[in-house]
Amino acid sequence: MSSKVRQPRQEMPKQQPDVRSKNFQEVALGYTEELAVAEANRCIQCPKKPCVSGCPVGVDIPEFIDLIAKGDFLGAARKIKEKNSLPAMCGRVCPQETQCEAVCTLGKRGEPVAIGALERFCADYERMHGDPLSDAQRSDGSSGRVAVVGSGPAGLTCASELAKLGYKVVLFESLHDTGGVLRYGIPEFRLPKAIVDEEVEYIKSQGVEIRLNVLVGATVTVDELFQEGFDAIFLGTGAGLPYFLGIPGENLNGVYSANEFLTRVNLMKAYRFPDYDTPVWVGKRVAVVGGGNVAMDSARTALRLGAEKVTVVYRRSRAEMPARLEEIENAEEEGIEFYLLANPVRILSDDKGWVKGMECVRMELGEEDSSGRRRPVPVPGSEFILDVDTVISAVGTDPNPLLVRTIPGLDLGRRGNVIIDEETGMTNIPGVFAGGDIVTGSATVIAAMGAGKAAAHGIDKYISARNGRGM
Amino acid sequence: MYRILKKEMLAPKIKLIQVYAPEICTHARPGQFVILRMHEKGERIPLTIADSDRDTGLLTLVFQEVGKSTTELGMLSEGDSILDIVGPLGTARDIEKLDCVVCVAGGVGVAPMYPEAKAYHLLGTRVISLIGAQTKDMLIFKDRMEKVSDEVYYSTDDGSFGHKGFVTEILCKLLEDGLRPDEVIAIGPLPMMRAAARVTERFGVKTVVSLNAIMVDGTGMCGSCRVTVDGEVKFSCVEGPAFDGHKVDFDELIARQNRFLAEEKLALERYLAGVGGCKCHQK
Repeated sequence: MSSKVRQPRQEMPKQQPDVRSKNFQEVALGYTEELAVAEANRCIQCPKKPCVSGCPVGVDIPEFIDLIAKGDFLGAARKIKEKNSLPAMCGRVCPQETQCEAVCTLGKRGEPVAIGALERFCADYERMHGDPLSDAQRSDGSSGRVAVVGSGPAGLTCASELAKLGYKVVLFESLHDTGGVLRYGIPEFRLPKAIVDEEVEYIKSQGVEIRLNVLVGATVTVDELFQEGFDAIFLGTGAGLPYFLGIPGENLNGVYSANEFLTRVNLMKAYRFPDYDTPVWVGKRVAVVGGGNVAMDSARTALRLGAEKVTVVYRRSRAEMPARLEEIENAEEEGIEFYLLANPVRILSDDKGWVKGMECVRMELGEEDSSGRRRPVPVPGSEFILDVDTVISAVGTDPNPLLVRTIPGLDLGRRGNVIIDEETGMTNIPGVFAGGDIVTGSATVIAAMGAGKAAAHGIDKYISARNGRGM
Repeated sequence: MYRILKKEMLAPKIKLIQVYAPEICTHARPGQFVILRMHEKGERIPLTIADSDRDTGLLTLVFQEVGKSTTELGMLSEGDSILDIVGPLGTARDIEKLDCVVCVAGGVGVAPMYPEAKAYHLLGTRVISLIGAQTKDMLIFKDRMEKVSDEVYYSTDDGSFGHKGFVTEILCKLLEDGLRPDEVIAIGPLPMMRAAARVTERFGVKTVVSLNAIMVDGTGMCGSCRVTVDGEVKFSCVEGPAFDGHKVDFDELIARQNRFLAEEKLALERYLAGVGGCKCHQK
């Protein structure tokens, strides 16, 4: 056992920073078979399996790792998919360091097993060497009919899980393509869209029907869905409403919300303009305001679009940045600069209404606030001007109000989030369930998936009880 | 896929298309819009609904060819298909019976004005329509607007039809002569809507404008279409497109409409070089 602990964690190969900062191809290249087996062999197969309870969807982690160690890569992929329908995505964008890997027994005395990298390896191996659709059970739809609204991580998972339980699921998406934030938010270089497509194909092969370009609440109402014969409805409409900075100059030309900037580039493929029709404009010097993954994605995207200098402006210090450490490091390696403990005060305009600079104030950390982080406080008289022509605001999003406000009587929280029964996922309206960012506010892909899965089981119980089937 | 069932040339560069979109038609109300995307590489193009028929499911859209995407849309013929249409989007106008409304419409803005004028007309409201265009050939929806209006006044920039000058000059004259409508609705180019709002403000007449800000998703997700109204930032895709014309910061919005001018020019030139230009006027 001790010899296993001393084995170093296998690094995943990546594109070199100077190369990758000029292209939109995936940064992390994935394990080879040899690296995967070597990493799998580091797992000590401890009896307590803390990693499983650290996973919001309860993947049988030691089992799939054991299958990798034995060289049964396809078997390992199938093992993961018993619990997680979207392994290629989770392996890439889950914050394993705060979940399964955070509680790994090896982590107590050294580095934890690279569970995320191994999960990704299995999914990629199956895609290249196996038939990822072969184990999909096509639902016969006999259990009932469910409408799932929103095809992001919560909706996709809920739909997949309900299909496994024998439901006829119709998945409604207001955009012209599936995936929600996986499609419009997370860039190609971190999550190739071909992978989103393939995982959506898997869910379709389970019998889930996808209807694009339907804004539930406008194109069809929730009442009409019930009238059409749906037994239950799941709301997974996410946290798509961007905050702005609330400072003078935020409507100048050259100021984007991260949502606009990333949607143009990712969903609309503006990085391939003019071959694709949607434009995006990025100047020479870009400031990205915020410290989360979306800020890192925006900064690295701006760099790839040709910005000469990209600076992340964040009001606390590096230690408080909510972005994954891996993404902060990737950004640093690519040459993104960080202006920490600074906050924008106003954006300056040229005489034609375009950004010509951003005035910031230095911050220092004061007392702890309700989030347990030290509150940043402006240092009087420390204002300075950042010489930028583009500002991207990545300071967070709120739950999307568009659908929920069309449902009379639906209980909402202070920030427009939908209130649910923690156990069943049901809202105060019978038959209407919700999960993911629309409930929690902006969180992670895997948390939304966990909520989608839990709601699927809540929906199953609800419909079974109503139909008088055994519980 | 939405097959184009009917196409009409209303004026040079202004075209009408009709598609079968029953779900949208069932729910559409005056003032709402749709977003369409022609093909895999296409932009999401917001277009205000010019008419929607619940019984037949026929959705009517009118657009002016300005950039690459609208020019390409104008090249489609009956029988061709549009890949995606989503809607109805935006907040519908609450239309109730009033004594009198004045509809000020400019250019292609007459098309989105039509459902509002019609709705008022059907409620028995006296509708006075002021329709402006660059020149006589560019006047559209003349018959339709006349059918739902009690009075119609025309203006053209060159004097080829009706009053020579701006449509807002007619508005000013009517108000000076003592007309006090319950509401003025202005739909058209931003400078026209700004001018209309300035005129009515002097007379304290409520004025609603319909903004055509640049959008991406059209569902409140990106904030591209944000506009300052009464000092507050609003998303015109969700909270609009109709706003109190006296409170809109038009200067800011006009500047924002130029955000992608260089890219739009490049895309159009590249497209026209590729297809050899639009051929429909050569017939």
